[in-house]
Amino acid sequence: MSTSPRGEEREQRERRLEEIRRQAQEHALIPFPDEHENSFEASAENGYYGMPLLKRPQWTVEIPIYFFVGGAAGAAALIAAVGEISNKDRDLVRDAQWLAAIGGIISPALLISDLGMPSRFLAMLRVFKVRSPMSVGSWTLVAFSNAAVASAVLGELRRRRSIPGVPVLTRVSQIATALTGLVLATYTGVLIGATAIPVWNEHISSLPVHFATSGLLTAASILELKGHDSEALNKIAMMAATLETVMGATIEMRTTRVEEPLRHGISGRAMRGAGLLSGPVPLALRALGMLSKKNKPTLRRAAALSSIVGSMLTRWAWIKAGHASAEDPRVPLQLEPPARSQKDESLF
Amino acid sequence: MSVTAFLTDSTLCIGCKACEVACKEWNQVSNDGLDWRGFSYDNTAALGHSTWRHVAFVENTAHPGQGGNAPEAFTWGMLSDVCKHCENAGCLEACPTGALVRTEFGGVYLQPDVCNGCAYCVVACPFGVVERNPAEGRAFKCTFCYDRQKDGLKPACATACPTESIKFGDIEDLREEAVRRMNHLHSAGFRDVHLYDPQHTSVGGVHAFFITRGDPRAYNLPPNPEVPTSYLRKGWISAGIAAGLMLAGTLFAFYGSNHE
Repeated sequence: MSTSPRGEEREQRERRLEEIRRQAQEHALIPFPDEHENSFEASAENGYYGMPLLKRPQWTVEIPIYFFVGGAAGAAALIAAVGEISNKDRDLVRDAQWLAAIGGIISPALLISDLGMPSRFLAMLRVFKVRSPMSVGSWTLVAFSNAAVASAVLGELRRRRSIPGVPVLTRVSQIATALTGLVLATYTGVLIGATAIPVWNEHISSLPVHFATSGLLTAASILELKGHDSEALNKIAMMAATLETVMGATIEMRTTRVEEPLRHGISGRAMRGAGLLSGPVPLALRALGMLSKKNKPTLRRAAALSSIVGSMLTRWAWIKAGHASAEDPRVPLQLEPPARSQKDESLF
Repeated sequence: MSVTAFLTDSTLCIGCKACEVACKEWNQVSNDGLDWRGFSYDNTAALGHSTWRHVAFVENTAHPGQGGNAPEAFTWGMLSDVCKHCENAGCLEACPTGALVRTEFGGVYLQPDVCNGCAYCVVACPFGVVERNPAEGRAFKCTFCYDRQKDGLKPACATACPTESIKFGDIEDLREEAVRRMNHLHSAGFRDVHLYDPQHTSVGGVHAFFITRGDPRAYNLPPNPEVPTSYLRKGWISAGIAAGLMLAGTLFAFYGSNHE
């Protein structure tokens, strides 16, 4: 803070000192410099001194991580259930079940960490409110976590002993996990979309699809990294990466003021990186893998890794875009540009 | 007791901040330090977890006969901002714990002993009022002096206001009063006064309306506040489509690879 300015800024500020002296001598009055007055005026053009109208989302970094983990867990439950019903690959079903269960255990821990103390999570279960996506999501998560852990444990039991009733219970809990998993992987889009944050509510129709796609991509990629080379996983990842490419391109083509945080600043760069890493990059790697049989496993692993990083970045970029959007009063005040330039360079 | 409201009139406000002080003292809201903002005489800046009344200072260039005749001096528009206590309140709808409730006086009250600090109300408020206290984790906002209203008293801010810029009373009476006041101001030559009471949007009216000098947007009052629940339908339809796509894609991937 105390370092003296250098170079051009130094000269500018020296000139200002001389100007102040001249004004004091001539008028005994020092008016505001013009540019200062313009940028800090409260008016119908600027709003209240360019101050943010909305409050910044106050969630800690655990929340985008939870969106990532919960989305992957929900999608893994779906892969487990469909794999089970189609009688494909017992080992794949088992690992997918465990992926869902582990995600179901980590997710509440992340939420509790954001709330500050475990007892606070219990307050979520005081009431059920259909009109609050936060309430719907909390109950869904509780149901999912219980079903996911139950189906993983029952699955292990079924492998080892033949106890009557266990196979049926396993299937029932698998289906329950998959159904709640579908909600878990998609509701987070509704959660942030149904808010006053302009960039989020503008995208409420695409957010659930974006999060679901990226959840499915993550689940398939993690299972591939675990060593599964099932063609079904490759197909899931190809479809999801294609959809990610389309959504990334759509975001790049939107140019309204509301969507500025998706293309500029830290959130814009993160969104672009996330789009590339979860869309065109894995798609190209997988396409290359189809051409060369020899390098296929390596290329698939590289694609999976890129997808996982991209999906995590997607969640973070959306949250950061919300921060930048809340800082900009122009959209809620319906102001003509330009107001004070927004600052969104801080990392949580 | 009837349904109540605030009418805050910027044409009567002298910017003394007695409302801010009275609110903090009565509700025992903690001191949050002094930051020099450089915005006119306003160092409070905005409503938040520790600020439930905020006096905004808007400087305008002088017009002869209005707020002083010296051409080099400016005039002030001052307005005490507060939680709007919306008819369709975004915070109340969003709250997953039931901590936010509607009182018998029509206000929106946050029960601190129930709040779990999920911070969803923070992003659900179209006015940027409610905020989570980062130090202790729960959210706070104006209580509409629920305790005082139950005892038949006016809220602390309205009691302390020396110019009756903050009026408190029955909502219908105050809406009539607002119209009377607007007519009076217009007839007295104030052409730049506006009544801010967003009844035309999904918020459906508020329990704290304002008379402002100049455009309400200069005081950070949004022209078209929307309650975020109005986006829910679109959101859940999209979630349904997203879930359908996931299911269809996974089924296709597993059954489509049957023949290999």
